[in-house]
Amino acid sequence: MRNNTVRNCVGLLLGMLVASAALAAGADLGQTSKQATNWVAIGMFGGFVAITLGITKWAAAKTKSAADFYTAGGGITGFQNGLAIAGDYMSAASFLGISGLVFASGFDGLIFSIGWLVGWPVITFLMAERLRNLGKFTFADVASYRFAQTPTRVFAACGSLVVVAFYMIAQMVGAGQLIKVLFGLEYQYAVMIVGVLMMMYVLFGGMTATTWVQIIKAVMLLTGATFMALAVLYQFNFSPEALFTKAVEIHTKHGAIMAPGALIKDPVSAISVGMALMFGTAGLPHILMRFFTVPSAKEARKSVGWATTWIGYFYILTFIIGFGAIVLVSTDPAYLVAKMVDGKQVLDAAGNPVYEGLKGGGNMAAIHLANAVGGNVFLGFISAVAFATILAVVAGLTLSGASAVSHDLYATVFKKGQADSASELRVSKITTICLGVVAVFLGIAFEKENVAYMVMLAFAIACSANFPVLFMSVLWKDCTTKGAVAGGFVGLFSSVGLTIASASVWEAVLHNPKGSAWYPYSSPALFSMSAAFLTIYLVSKMDNSKQAQLERSLFPAQKVRSETGLGAATGSGH
Amino acid sequence: MVDEVAARVEANPKYHKLVGMRSSYSIIMTICVMVVYYGYILLIAFNKEWLGTKLADGWTTSVGIPLGVGVIVITIILTNLYVRRANTEFDSLNAEIIKEANKK
Repeated sequence: MRNNTVRNCVGLLLGMLVASAALAAGADLGQTSKQATNWVAIGMFGGFVAITLGITKWAAAKTKSAADFYTAGGGITGFQNGLAIAGDYMSAASFLGISGLVFASGFDGLIFSIGWLVGWPVITFLMAERLRNLGKFTFADVASYRFAQTPTRVFAACGSLVVVAFYMIAQMVGAGQLIKVLFGLEYQYAVMIVGVLMMMYVLFGGMTATTWVQIIKAVMLLTGATFMALAVLYQFNFSPEALFTKAVEIHTKHGAIMAPGALIKDPVSAISVGMALMFGTAGLPHILMRFFTVPSAKEARKSVGWATTWIGYFYILTFIIGFGAIVLVSTDPAYLVAKMVDGKQVLDAAGNPVYEGLKGGGNMAAIHLANAVGGNVFLGFISAVAFATILAVVAGLTLSGASAVSHDLYATVFKKGQADSASELRVSKITTICLGVVAVFLGIAFEKENVAYMVMLAFAIACSANFPVLFMSVLWKDCTTKGAVAGGFVGLFSSVGLTIASASVWEAVLHNPKGSAWYPYSSPALFSMSAAFLTIYLVSKMDNSKQAQLERSLFPAQKVRSETGLGAATGSGH
Repeated sequence: MVDEVAARVEANPKYHKLVGMRSSYSIIMTICVMVVYYGYILLIAFNKEWLGTKLADGWTTSVGIPLGVGVIVITIILTNLYVRRANTEFDSLNAEIIKEANKK
């Protein structure tokens, strides 16, 4: 009976998708500003959707309890989870964004790649096994282990939802823009397709389906990127030096692409951005949640070992892909937009047309390169991978947002821990639907807005609010509820406040005059994260209440569990 | 019940040895990563020219590129070194501690 309902829903929604895709394609034919509808890409993506929905159906049969929904029953292996983490983390922004940045300015792309990777050893050395040993479903389980439940959970849910919201808007807007160019679909339909598919994965298949969507996507992305990098290097007899020489010869900035450029303006910004990337990773709720899907601390460590390896390897590939695009894409008029004045092509002195950038924008470098090295079929494959990438990330985000509401707010704060598994599961599913609808609306509302700052803001909040609370509650014996909650909120508000006061929002989004933003640096992390740690320290030190003494007395037992795994949740049920 | 076992773990000198060894190892590793990463970032902030110098005469590749790729590779190696030691040496000590705590 239940299976039938799932099947009918899947069938119905799939029908809607096909219909909306066809509709969008029809509406598209007369417009020249968009790419032509790419049927190969749509076919490949259709295949991906069919396989993942099949997996969702299989996962739905296994998703019975809240533990199945949040953590896939704790039965994911370290290797699988490593791939899933990589799939959760390698977003379209890092694939297309970094290769686009390398295409535009060479060396600078490497700076971001490194920043996005160095968070992983920090998680490995300081957090992974302790998270696994103390937590059950959400990172709030860890942070509130010996603390007063209500205030800690309310804070953790706020921290999670705010990070998820900003990360999600950036993904949805990116998805809409990308799919418009890749598939020739209307922006609104693209956002709706993403919303509907992600809801189906999470709603019916919970963590099991989300994990497999992320694993499949990671394998596809790594395979596709490896092929592209090899195809580029093959043309240069596998000599990076030869590739760089050719790129420097062709690129308009010439030798400047071999040195750091304008990306890092001043030392304070450099360190602040570095901190946001390094410690933000350790505070992203959808990433932290993945540690509860493995059966033991040993598997949790294996997961991060694999995840770091895959992600690092992937970033080296994006660097090669970016340079490959300089050589193979920027020289081919088929991928470029001709400069037009009054409807006429501008010609240079020799009578050749002048070009002014990539078709579809700067983020299309990797996509055009796919066409250049592998033709239309491989272009279709990479386009489908880009779409799959967004789906995998938003599904992970939705799941962590839903768990913050159902597990932290509903089950623990409102029901005081008395909620049964079935009602908690029901609340997570309702929340998933709400989050999906909200995400689609926000995606459409922000279509024309500049959302470039949002991913960085999500990282800044994660490192200033979630990470300090998690770190201090687990590792510092004198930390108390009051200290953690006060410090967490200080980090949350200061990171948001300083971001609004910086040029990327004050001038670029709120349209105030140039130079009027009073916060001069690229990221708030240096100040907001320090403020959070300092507040946690001072408030905890001053807190001598009975509750505080009780919390301190519980530290040794917490430490035994976090270090040895004694009494840790074993996965299924519990 | 778990509390009693936890108390026996606390009383076991092996537990304190494990915590001491593992935390000093993880702190040293964290410091290594921080030095490598912030060293690189500060080089970018303060000495862009040096990072842009050619590896050798007649080359195009600059010093900064192998260094940057090196940071990525070192990050991967350090992470996996920690995972390997924690999953073998530390975990077998951990297993002993749990076994001894449950026996009594």
